[in-house]
Amino acid sequence: MHTNKVQEVFNEPSCGHNQSKSDHDRKKGCTKLSKPGQAAGGCAFDGAKIALQPIVDAVHLVHGPIACEGNSWDNRSAASSGSDLYRTSYTTDISELDVIYGGEKRLFKAISQAVSSHHPPAIFVYQTCVPALIGDDVEAVCQLASEKFGLPVIPVDAPGFVGGKNLGNKLAGEALLDHVIGTMEPAYTTPTDVNIIGEYNLSGELWQVKPLLDRIGIRIASVMTGDGRYQEIASSHRARASMLVCSKAMINIARKMEERYQIPFFEGSFYGISDMSQSLRDMATLLVSRGAPADLLDRTEAVIKEEEALAWKGIYGFRKELEGKKALLITGGVKSWSVVSALQEAGLVVVGTSVKKSTGEDKERIKEIIGDDAHMIDSMTPGEMYQMLKEAKADILMAGGRSQFVALKAKVPFLDVNQERNYAFAGYKGMVTLIGEIHRAMTNPIWQTLKKAAPWERIGDLPKTSSVGSLR
Amino acid sequence: MSQNEGVKSAVPDRPASVNPLKMSQPLGAALAFLGTAGCMPIFHGSQGCTSFGLVLLGRHFKESIPLQTTAMTEVSSTLGGGDSVHEAILNILKKGVPELVAVMSTGLTETKGEDIVGDIALFRKRHPEWNELPVVSASTPDFKGGFEDGYAEAVVRILEELVPKGTTPKVPGLVNVLAGSHLTVADLDEIRRILTSFGLTPVILPDLSRSLDGTIPEKFEAKSMGGTTLSEIRSMGSAEFTLVIGESLRRAGEVLLSGNDVPLYVVKHLRGLLAVDDFLFLVSNLSRRPIPALFHRERSRLEDAMLDCHFHLGGKKVVVASEPDLTLDLCQFLSSMGMTVVAAILPQVSKVREWLSPFVSNVMIGDLSDLEEQAARHNADLLVTHAHGRQASERLEIPLLRTGFPIFDRLGVAHEVHVGYVGSMQSLFRIANVFLSLKRDLTPQTWYPEESGSTDDLTVVDDRIQPPIVPAFRVAEERGSK
Repeated sequence: MHTNKVQEVFNEPSCGHNQSKSDHDRKKGCTKLSKPGQAAGGCAFDGAKIALQPIVDAVHLVHGPIACEGNSWDNRSAASSGSDLYRTSYTTDISELDVIYGGEKRLFKAISQAVSSHHPPAIFVYQTCVPALIGDDVEAVCQLASEKFGLPVIPVDAPGFVGGKNLGNKLAGEALLDHVIGTMEPAYTTPTDVNIIGEYNLSGELWQVKPLLDRIGIRIASVMTGDGRYQEIASSHRARASMLVCSKAMINIARKMEERYQIPFFEGSFYGISDMSQSLRDMATLLVSRGAPADLLDRTEAVIKEEEALAWKGIYGFRKELEGKKALLITGGVKSWSVVSALQEAGLVVVGTSVKKSTGEDKERIKEIIGDDAHMIDSMTPGEMYQMLKEAKADILMAGGRSQFVALKAKVPFLDVNQERNYAFAGYKGMVTLIGEIHRAMTNPIWQTLKKAAPWERIGDLPKTSSVGSLR
Repeated sequence: MSQNEGVKSAVPDRPASVNPLKMSQPLGAALAFLGTAGCMPIFHGSQGCTSFGLVLLGRHFKESIPLQTTAMTEVSSTLGGGDSVHEAILNILKKGVPELVAVMSTGLTETKGEDIVGDIALFRKRHPEWNELPVVSASTPDFKGGFEDGYAEAVVRILEELVPKGTTPKVPGLVNVLAGSHLTVADLDEIRRILTSFGLTPVILPDLSRSLDGTIPEKFEAKSMGGTTLSEIRSMGSAEFTLVIGESLRRAGEVLLSGNDVPLYVVKHLRGLLAVDDFLFLVSNLSRRPIPALFHRERSRLEDAMLDCHFHLGGKKVVVASEPDLTLDLCQFLSSMGMTVVAAILPQVSKVREWLSPFVSNVMIGDLSDLEEQAARHNADLLVTHAHGRQASERLEIPLLRTGFPIFDRLGVAHEVHVGYVGSMQSLFRIANVFLSLKRDLTPQTWYPEESGSTDDLTVVDDRIQPPIVPAFRVAEERGSK
């Protein structure tokens, strides 16, 4: 059963990356199999949890030993405008005896406990490696619990060993498709209802976008899954259009909703000013083609014009101190070029950017924007990164949290631009925040301080600095 | 001390001090005397002068505080308080003999014009049996200066009275440390550790690390439980050099320079990478010994702490209000971490004021209402002051980093270390953790506040409302039927 599901999500017809592969490569899957001893990154369970946990009013119950949930809970900054239930950690914390006798009963009781203490609209149950290995039938337990307690109990069958984080994202999408989407009806609908798929509202980023949609007159029918509510997602099949935000993560949801419910989708990004504007345009255009009033386009252009002007003005304000500074941009994200133009507007020189997950088209655009000199980095070991920073080939590293300590140990400013970050970088406001954060990091006086020689390396007589007063 | 030191509007022109930052001179002097061994400090004033000071010191240190009073009355205030001083000393001696008696004046007795020095001379004449008892007086009017000034005055007077004058042979490795009122018990331990690691023998005056450090004594005595001993103080004239920690004690260092020819070095900062670098370099030169290897690792740890903390500190706006030496230390340290000190408030005039300009443009003599006003005006991210800042912190909803004296609503403050590489690192963590402990209040209106209330055209999604239940297992059938 797993094999089928996994093969199915690998064979994603809407994925350009996937379609450009040979049959043989496609069969191998879209995530490179991790090699023992050189693996980095999360497992499928991690990916599934990341994708679904932003549904804030549900209970998220992890069936497994303590490591899976105990070591990872409350580690993301997905924000909620309502319930905090999603941050309450539930795990069956299975023991040796459960491994011997099976953990199904414990799981059933755990579900019962969650129902009686919170009466949530739904419970997501995450399968992990150990119960998968011993053959706990999570699906059957969930079905039984659903009947018994009268609420949706959704099995998320993505144990860690089936693959990486990206696969887990997709399997989470499958769980939504199989068990959630289309199970409820919305209270009402409008001609501008959209689903936003693959947006997790990390650090509240959705809220850097949503007010603009409100202003334009576009109604968010559901977000999958940032600041999500179970009911919204369950009734999302009545929306007029979908936007697919992080293209590689939940493309299966967008495509299958198009097939099942005839909801067209477009791919877009909220990162970078031009991308943001393009996404708003595409969204309005798609909605108009589906019967929304035509003046939606005018309203969209008006908002774009106003917000772009404000953002460029904000970014330009940092130019004086950032002019000519060299930035190295290593993101796990797909379209690193989408922030490059903002960096350039602030006067930064992008000396290198990662292209690991970029398509050929992406690479062309990078060349277009930063020219041929741009260092396109396919992959870079921490050692190489350290060396590059140490040799002052870059003044700031913008990368994921994992690279943070590489930069810091090289005593070079660092900005976290991946998903564990603390600041919201989406939309127009977010891009100004991003440049502001670069400015804040680079202008900190500690970088000068840290270059100073230790006192035991000093030559000469007594100090003349202000910290020691007059010598008598 | 001159009142205005050429600085315009050095003193606020408001008639009332609102939520005062300032504390009185006798209180500071009492703290200094409590750092000498077996001392019994006496406030020459009404009994309230003592009890307020005693209670405040007790609330900060959570220790019993030996502090007596001459209990001036209406009559003795009018006719003269000399007899009250004698009576106070004799009554104290009845209960046990302290190693040092300290008599501080107060606002009351200074206004009256009491002659404490004369009174003590008269006591010597009348009671020759107590000739061996050291008695030190200090002139600490409540209406002039403040806590730090009183503390400094006490240290000056201890050195003037108890260190024999004259140039004596230097004792190799003996160094004096005049410890400012901004240092904690743990700071003194750290300074001692640093100096002894260079093979030096420090005499720390006052030494609160041996009196108000919270040890449980074998027996209870109404005098300070420890501190710098008389013999240590008397040996200070034969030290190789004096390290003065804090500008306020420069005068005290000069007593040993002029009286005993001991050179002095005033250390303004002992917190922050470069400050500690300079200090170690200085001590290395003075002791003619290399910097011990143990500091290599400590320095590296501090560097790493700076890197880890700068994310949370850079760009943050701070208002600092504390005694001058501590303010200078804080402003230099905080701005070295990329924080912006938007205002610094001193309780009273000090020479330190002019040195603050590289770190903060807005320096004023004021009170905690100024702190509150400045913090609100500049939209500050952090208040740094003593525990009385808590009301402003609550009203403004701006976090408070408690520092200095008094801190009566937190435990263990005497054991927090701020100096050296280790103390700098701990300070950074304390400040950064204040920011980390704040609740992140993100809402749909965070970035576009004017758009608030526009949620009415959305699906009614209230977490309290239970959605209609469609069991998951029925989904497949429904899909089939569509």
